[in-house]
Amino acid sequence: MGQYYLSHLKELESEAIYVIREVVSQFERPALLFSGGKDSILLAHLAKKAFYPAKIPFPLIHIDTGHNFPETLAFRDALINELGVNLVVGSVQKSIDQGRVREETGVNASRNALQTVTLLDTLEELKIDAAMGGARRDEEKARAKERFFSHRDEFGQWDPKNQRPELWSLFNGKKQMGEHFRIFPISNWTEMDVWQYIKEEGISLPSLYFAHERDCVVRDGVILANSDYISLKPDEEIKKMLVRYRTCGDMPITGAVESDAKDLDKIIEEVATTRTTERGTRADDKRGETAMEDRKKSGYF
Amino acid sequence: MEIQENNQLLRFTTAGSVDDGKSTLIGRLLYDSKSIFEDQIEAVKTSSEKKGFDYVDLSLLTDGLRSEREQGITIDVAYRYFATPKRKFIIADTPGHVQYTRNMVTGASTANLAIILIDARKGLLEQTHRHTFIASLLKIPHVVVCVNKMDLVDYDQKTYDKIVEEYKQFASKLEVKDVHFVPISALKGDNVVERSKNMPWHEGPTLLYLLENVHIASDFNHIDCRFPVQMVIRPHTHEHRDFRGYAGRIEGGIFKPGDEVKVLPSGFTSKIKDIQLNGKPIPEAFSPMSVTMTLEDEIDVSRGDMLVRPNNVPEVEQDLDVMICWMNQRPLSSRAKVILKHTTKECQAMVKEIKYKVNVNTLHREEETDQIQMNDIARVSIRTAQPLFYDAYRKNRQTGSVILIDAYSNETVAAGMII
Repeated sequence: MGQYYLSHLKELESEAIYVIREVVSQFERPALLFSGGKDSILLAHLAKKAFYPAKIPFPLIHIDTGHNFPETLAFRDALINELGVNLVVGSVQKSIDQGRVREETGVNASRNALQTVTLLDTLEELKIDAAMGGARRDEEKARAKERFFSHRDEFGQWDPKNQRPELWSLFNGKKQMGEHFRIFPISNWTEMDVWQYIKEEGISLPSLYFAHERDCVVRDGVILANSDYISLKPDEEIKKMLVRYRTCGDMPITGAVESDAKDLDKIIEEVATTRTTERGTRADDKRGETAMEDRKKSGYF
Repeated sequence: MEIQENNQLLRFTTAGSVDDGKSTLIGRLLYDSKSIFEDQIEAVKTSSEKKGFDYVDLSLLTDGLRSEREQGITIDVAYRYFATPKRKFIIADTPGHVQYTRNMVTGASTANLAIILIDARKGLLEQTHRHTFIASLLKIPHVVVCVNKMDLVDYDQKTYDKIVEEYKQFASKLEVKDVHFVPISALKGDNVVERSKNMPWHEGPTLLYLLENVHIASDFNHIDCRFPVQMVIRPHTHEHRDFRGYAGRIEGGIFKPGDEVKVLPSGFTSKIKDIQLNGKPIPEAFSPMSVTMTLEDEIDVSRGDMLVRPNNVPEVEQDLDVMICWMNQRPLSSRAKVILKHTTKECQAMVKEIKYKVNVNTLHREEETDQIQMNDIARVSIRTAQPLFYDAYRKNRQTGSVILIDAYSNETVAAGMII
């Protein structure tokens, strides 16, 4: 060796593992919010490394909107099996049936905003005091100001103007009864870092991320997959396209990109030359300039 | 863009206020390194037009929160990312006003390098002193002084030389080791990414060249072995029945299997059996690696303990002298009880005495003070309920730093550097 410095990927890995271990040490009932997307898959992978040879000492929570890509669910179940961890599913359909939330109507209706209620109910039910997520600061401007340890009041709200200062790597997870923390171990990773690491570590991903043929409809410049959860406008038509996904949200709101990138090398090349942000394909972020900040304040991921 | 998987990470901080061109400089670095996406530029253009500007206001890229956009100010530390084929960069973008000293300290705590901006027309100002003082207090290993707006002084070498000379004189009173100077125009792009044709007299490198090449491998302490234990890993499975691993991050020195180690506070010694992560053996572990260690002997080790080498131990004390930056609305008063966090250890503590306060603009000591307000920097003595295993902050930024937490509100109220 003789070279006493780490590559940027190793340094980011080490930082994330440090944060995950800190969570398990400082909190009584942590959990990992698992969406089935690449960032939460990466997080599960880092958690495995942090505690090996012991198993991951917390459950994975999946908030199921009922509008998932079938590929995501199949992948999730296989991963749970491989890691030997507990999975808890919070169901948005159940929240609707119980009258906790009301479904949006109209052609652009989505269950994205409804998830927040199901998420907070699930956290409360399980008495989770630290919910880890795969959000990154480079994704969105409100997230650029997020802490690793993000304090939430008893209503699950984020108060961005009154955040605790975070110095060195001395994380303060102290809280009152009923409050909880959201924790973001991969805060400092960029989209490129995630892809490079996935390649370096040989982490497997749902097939959605790789180029495939799919029935799609183009709405307001966003390529949406045709599914039972989407209602077509009269002038819209379905066509077969070669696409892949950069993020994995709900079927009705996550846009695909036209791409022939069938493997990680191709994807990394595409990410390096692409000129739009990852969440640029997310209809939920386009509901106003501070759409993300507003949702985060009320307890969104 | 060429893609490298083995480049280093450089974390730097930029402090500055609205008019000294900080946002423009960051915008320039992001734009010239092609880290701004088309949809981001589109959004900023739309917002600029809405506000009635006839130019694209790049500062809108960094102001994220609703109230910041409304008021046109930066409230909080924002983190920005960009990469060149040589390095990955994390920018901690902090506002530079006096009332935001706490944010500057926060951004500086994790930085390898600080960029200090000076307006060529104005020369050294109070805020230059403040920013340099904080960089030296937080022991940021490298400082780059950018003399900005050179286009507005006709790219005049004499103006630049005079500012450099003045700065050197001022900095000699402080502990800033590695200082570089670059004459730039962030607006026009001179000497930021591209070499300036307007300043052929400048023989030194551009700002980006410095960022890409400054030697950061020695920023970590690789001499004094320090391993604070974060947690104990015990799988309790048939396969790993007797496994007992100590998980944590190396905070100093180089550890190897076979090395003799001493456990603090118990004082027991043992040998490292192996160092691993995810079952893969690690021949040499150094800062900032997260690893799991096993020892030859079964001894009692738990979170908050520290593994060191028997012939190189840190200070073990309950009385500390600390420089603090106070970060809370409620002032600190003498004999206040707090919770102190240091590495993976946490204990009760009391601020016994406020020795003096530093005026961050003049750097004068104010000895007659019994209350410390938000954004104040002061030297205090602290008594802890249990001994801490620490090094002076100047020797090791990880084992020399603490935070203070209010026991009632749970807020982080101070950052501290052990003297």
